[in-house]
Amino acid sequence: MQDVTVGVGALAVGAGLLEATVRTATPLAYAALGESVSERAGVINIGLEGSIIAGALSATIAAGSIGVGGGFAAGAMAGLLVAALFALFAVGLRADQIITGTAITLFALGLTGTVYRTVYGSGGVALTTPTAATHALPGLSALPLIGRAFFAQPLATYALYLIAPLLAWWMQRTHAGLALRAVGEYPEAAVSAGISTRRTQLFAVLFAGAMAGLAGATLVLAQAGTFVEGMSAGRGFIAIAIVVLGRWRPLGVAAAALLFGLATSLQTLFQAMGWTGIPYQLFLAVPYLLTLVVLAVTAKRGRRFVV
Amino acid sequence: MTAWRAFAATTARVVVLLGLAIAMLAVLLIITGHDVVPALSAMVRGAFGSYYAITSATIVRMVPLALAGLAVSVAFRAGILNIGAEGQLLVGAAAATAISGALGGVSWVVGIPVMLVAGAIAGGAWAAIAGALRLRFGVLEVISTIMLNFVAQYLTGWLVRGPLQEPTRVNPQSVTLAPALQMPVLLEGTRLHAGVLLVVLVAIAVWWWLRSTASGFRLRAVGATPTAAASAGGIDVPRTIFGAFLLSGVLAGLAGSVEYTGITYALYENFSPGYGYTAIAVALLARLHPLGVLATALLFGALEAGANAMQRDAGVPSVVVSVVEALLILLVLAADRWRPARADRTGIDETGT
Repeated sequence: MQDVTVGVGALAVGAGLLEATVRTATPLAYAALGESVSERAGVINIGLEGSIIAGALSATIAAGSIGVGGGFAAGAMAGLLVAALFALFAVGLRADQIITGTAITLFALGLTGTVYRTVYGSGGVALTTPTAATHALPGLSALPLIGRAFFAQPLATYALYLIAPLLAWWMQRTHAGLALRAVGEYPEAAVSAGISTRRTQLFAVLFAGAMAGLAGATLVLAQAGTFVEGMSAGRGFIAIAIVVLGRWRPLGVAAAALLFGLATSLQTLFQAMGWTGIPYQLFLAVPYLLTLVVLAVTAKRGRRFVV
Repeated sequence: MTAWRAFAATTARVVVLLGLAIAMLAVLLIITGHDVVPALSAMVRGAFGSYYAITSATIVRMVPLALAGLAVSVAFRAGILNIGAEGQLLVGAAAATAISGALGGVSWVVGIPVMLVAGAIAGGAWAAIAGALRLRFGVLEVISTIMLNFVAQYLTGWLVRGPLQEPTRVNPQSVTLAPALQMPVLLEGTRLHAGVLLVVLVAIAVWWWLRSTASGFRLRAVGATPTAAASAGGIDVPRTIFGAFLLSGVLAGLAGSVEYTGITYALYENFSPGYGYTAIAVALLARLHPLGVLATALLFGALEAGANAMQRDAGVPSVVVSVVEALLILLVLAADRWRPARADRTGIDETGT
C-alpha cells in the first residue's frame, strides 16, 4: 500500500510539474518561434526583450478595458511596433543589429516603466489583470500525467500546437519560406532571383515582433496575472538561446522551449519542497545558467576564430 | 590641428544629438501627460542647479559610468560586444565587500587599494567566463554576458541575505564600510570622492595604452580586421581577444569597487541602477574614445541626476532617462550608419572558412 501511495504522489508531482512546464514554456515558445523566422532571414533581434515587455504592458492596459482577447491583440500590436523601430535602423539603415537591439531593449524597458508608473502610479500597488481561462479538452485532458499539462491550458497554448507545425511546413515547403531562407543564407542568390532582401527581412522582423508581443501578453494574461516592471526578465535573450538549441527549426524550437519551461518550473518545485539548504537564488539563476550551458554545448564545437 | 577639429566636430555632434534627444523627451512627456517646462527645468536644476548638485549628484554618477564606459569601449574596440558590464560591476562590488571584512585594523592607504584591486580581479574573472565560452565554444558574448548579468544579480541577492549580510540579519545588505576605510572625500560637505581622480587617470592610461603600445595596437587591429591582423600582422587573435575580455571586466569590476568604497559603503540587492547598461550608451556616444568617455559619462551623470530630480520635483518617473539614452544610441547609429569593427562572431550561421 505504501508503494502505491508514493507512486500516486510522485505521479501527481510529475503532472503538476509538467503543467507548470507547459505554462512557463508558452511565452518562451512564442518569442522563440518568431525569432527563428527573423534569424532565418539573417536578422538577429536582441530587441526581442523590448517587444516582450511592451507586449506585456499593452496587454495589461488593454485587458483591463476591453478584455483578454483585446489584451492579446494589443500585445501583438505593441510588440510589432517596437520591432518596427528596430527594423527601421537594423534593416532600413543597415545599422549594427546588436547595438540597435540593445538600444531597443533599453528604450522599451524605459518606456514601459514610464507609462506604467504614469498610468498606475508608482506606489507598487498590486495590479491584477483578467486572465485567460483554461479550457480542458474533453477526453485528452483525462490522460494520465500529460493530460492536464498539455490539454487543460489557455487557448494561447493550443494556438502554438498549430503555429509550430504550420511554421515548419511554411519554411520548408512554400516558396515564401524558401525565399526567407535564401535571404538569410545566401543573399546574393536571393537578390539575383528577384527577391528583395530588405522587404523579406522587414516582414520577418515584424512577425517576430508580433510573436514576442504575444509572448508578453501570454506572460501577463495566461501566467502572472499582473504586470511588474522589467518582468520580461531576460526572456528575449533566453528565446535566442532556445532558437539556437532548436537549430532554427520550429518544432525543435518548440521542444527547446519546453526544456526551458521545465528548468524554470523545477525551481518552483524545489522551493515548494522546502529545500531550504540550497539558496533559492540558485534556482532563480537556473534558466540563465541553462542558457549558457545550452549555447556552449550546441555551438559549433572547436570553431574558434576564423582566421 | 586635426585633433582639435575632431574634438570640435564631436562636441558639435553630441550637442545636436542631445538636443534631438531632449526634444523627443519633451514629446514623450507631453504624451504621458506631464508639464514639459517644470519637468525639464527640474531636470536641469537637479544636474547643474547648485554646487551640491554638480559635485554630489552629477559628478558622483559620472564616476561609475565612466569606468563602465571605458570597459565597454575597450571591448568594442576589440570587436567584443560586452553587454556584461553590469554583472562585472556587481561582482566587483561584492568582492570588495567580501574582502573589506578582513581589513580590520588596516589603514585606508592599504585597505582601499586592496578593495579596489579585489573588485577589478573579480570583474575580470567574471568577464573571463564569457571570454572562455566564446573562445572555446563559440558562444556569442552578447548573450552570455547578459545571462551572466542575471546570475550576478542573483549572486548579489544571495550574498546580502547570506554570507555577507550584516550581523543583525534584519536588512538584506552588508555591514557599512568602516569610515577609516572609506574613499576620502575631496570637497568638504559634498559626496565627491577621490574616485573621480582615479577615473581620470584610468581614462588617460587606457587612451595612452590603446594609442601608443604594441598590445594596444594589437587590440585595435583585431577589432578592425581580425583576418588581416592574424595573417599579415601575425597577431595571436584568440589571445588578444581574451586579453580584451579581461581588461574590460577589470575596468567594470573597478567601477563596482570604487562605487562601494566611495559612495554606497555597503552592498545591497539593487546596488547598481543599471550603470552597466547605461555605459553602453556612454561608450557609443564617445565613439569608443577613452577621453571622450569622460565627457559623455559626465553628460549621462547629469542626465541620471536630472532624472532623479525630475521624479522628485515634477513627478516624472526617472526611468524615462532610459528612453533618452536609447534614443541617443539610435541617433548615433543613424548619424554614422555606424557598425563596430569586430572579429568574426561565431555561434550563429555566418559564412567563414
